[in-house]
Amino acid sequence: MLMRRLFLGAITVWIVSVIIFAGVEVLPGDACTAFLEREAQGKLLENCRETQGLNRSAAERYFDWASGALRGDLGVSANGQKSISELVGNRLRNSLLLALCALTAGVPMAIFLGVVTGLQRDKPVDLVFSTTAVFAMTIPEFVSATVLILVFSVWLGWLPGIVLTSAGSPVSEFFPEIVLPVIVLGMVMTAHILRMVRSSVIEVMAGDYIQMAILKGVPYWHIVFRHALPNALLPAINVVALTIAWLLGGVVVIEVVFNYPGLGRMMIDAISDRDLPVVQAIALIVATVYVGVNLTADLMTMVLNPRLRTHALRGS
Amino acid sequence: MTKIATTPAENTRLQRSLGVLRDVMARPSGTIGLTLVACHLILAIISPWIVPYDYKAMDSLLMLKGPSGAHWLGTDHLGRDVLTRVLLGGREALLVTGIATPIAVIWGGLLGIFFGLVGGRLDEVFMRVVDAFLSLPWILKMLVLIVTFGTGIEVLIPTLAFFYGIPVIRIARAATHDVVARDFISAARARGHGRITVISRELLPNVLDTLMVEGAMRWSWMLLAFSSLSFLGFGVSPPKPDWGLMIADARGFMSFAPWGVLGPVIALSSLIIGINLTADALAKALGIDRAQKAPV
Repeated sequence: MLMRRLFLGAITVWIVSVIIFAGVEVLPGDACTAFLEREAQGKLLENCRETQGLNRSAAERYFDWASGALRGDLGVSANGQKSISELVGNRLRNSLLLALCALTAGVPMAIFLGVVTGLQRDKPVDLVFSTTAVFAMTIPEFVSATVLILVFSVWLGWLPGIVLTSAGSPVSEFFPEIVLPVIVLGMVMTAHILRMVRSSVIEVMAGDYIQMAILKGVPYWHIVFRHALPNALLPAINVVALTIAWLLGGVVVIEVVFNYPGLGRMMIDAISDRDLPVVQAIALIVATVYVGVNLTADLMTMVLNPRLRTHALRGS
Repeated sequence: MTKIATTPAENTRLQRSLGVLRDVMARPSGTIGLTLVACHLILAIISPWIVPYDYKAMDSLLMLKGPSGAHWLGTDHLGRDVLTRVLLGGREALLVTGIATPIAVIWGGLLGIFFGLVGGRLDEVFMRVVDAFLSLPWILKMLVLIVTFGTGIEVLIPTLAFFYGIPVIRIARAATHDVVARDFISAARARGHGRITVISRELLPNVLDTLMVEGAMRWSWMLLAFSSLSFLGFGVSPPKPDWGLMIADARGFMSFAPWGVLGPVIALSSLIIGINLTADALAKALGIDRAQKAPV
């Protein structure tokens, strides 16, 4: 079971790498035509392709690229100057910092509110938070970000509305500039997890064993904490994982809005500049993170769920 | 009884649709949602005839003026009427997503049902490819295609329809598995119905419920994607008005001319919330739990 999951994850990453490579291959133009733009013809183009090694067969180049990526070497950017691994390093750290702050603030809050709204189903508390959650998760990030900047930065002047720190600065310098981006990211995340936890709590509380416990006269909070929550919160792990994965897309917009020097903004710049090696590298990193996060969630569910645990141990 | 034009099956199906609609309308979220969506659709259709100004008419004397009798929502940085541009700003988005959503749901749905029924090795391999596609963020997949092929609607519609159909495959496949395991399918088989009959009469109507809710949600996510792309400068090209683009343009002047942002923000938010409330009510009316699905 465990090995199977790891194997499937690795297969997915491999397929992604093929899709990314083939995708860039199929698209008209290559790194050299993009880099040289109008001058892309004759000798200049040939020279460039020679130095970039674009004259070899696609299979050969894929093998080169993939084996390099496995060793942590993602190649060089289209203008041939900088190693991508170096470029990406700080950006990846900054994006992870943003995500981590949003997670530490958002997940406990989401679980708490999800449990409360689930237990208080259709009461005023539930209606207020569930409706707010629908708003938070459906409004585009750039809209909520713009509104928050308008209110907290422009009108109230409490927080900086734009990040001016450069990509390589130490983590401490990102505060307090990072606060608004974290709030926007955390809001969307909280909303998704809240709704999941809520429906999970409602479902569990309607279960036969909970009814049985109530009839037996077990105290309410004992039922909630000992019987209901352990079962209700397990599925939340997977939703947290799905949400994180989905935020990898949303975070791009947030980084652009706040001028945050993360991986997302680097991706937009690379796509605009048609810097294909960088696009490939970022796509591969993001996909690997996605698969990794989902895998971790599966493993955690397996470890925390006694039924799956024994099953997994016997199965493997 | 000779004058009944519809067959009993069609008749009950119509009645059921009306019943579902009534159920949706009976919920507060359904009433508000459907009203919002209907208002937006009507405005999008009639707006070219009711807007007070030309959307691209610039006036250097009227740059960034606040709301007034002549310009209810003020003017933007080029002196264009904001109200006019807000009224027209949803047309492109609604047109693109309105065409792309049904295409995405149909191709994703058909493929999902197919693989749900076939199963086996083929299904296993294909699902890995689907997973691989899903593990790339939407914005990356779409931007690469758009930057290569251009930003017109002839690129945006197929791109959105393609990428947003992929998650539908998973949903339709799961729904198919779910329905196939039910007793009424075995009953239909036991009655001796052929494969085609069982699929078209028993399976499809049941999977269709899930796909309808899925379609409504895809629609709102497509709108989100479309407006985000516009905001980033990869969607509608100026001077055509679009909410995402308008917000991007007006953001720089937000500190002294916030009306330029507020108009499109309210318009875009109300449409997306309207669609989501409707999808929510529809899911409840059809008895489908949608809370567990995160967007992809």
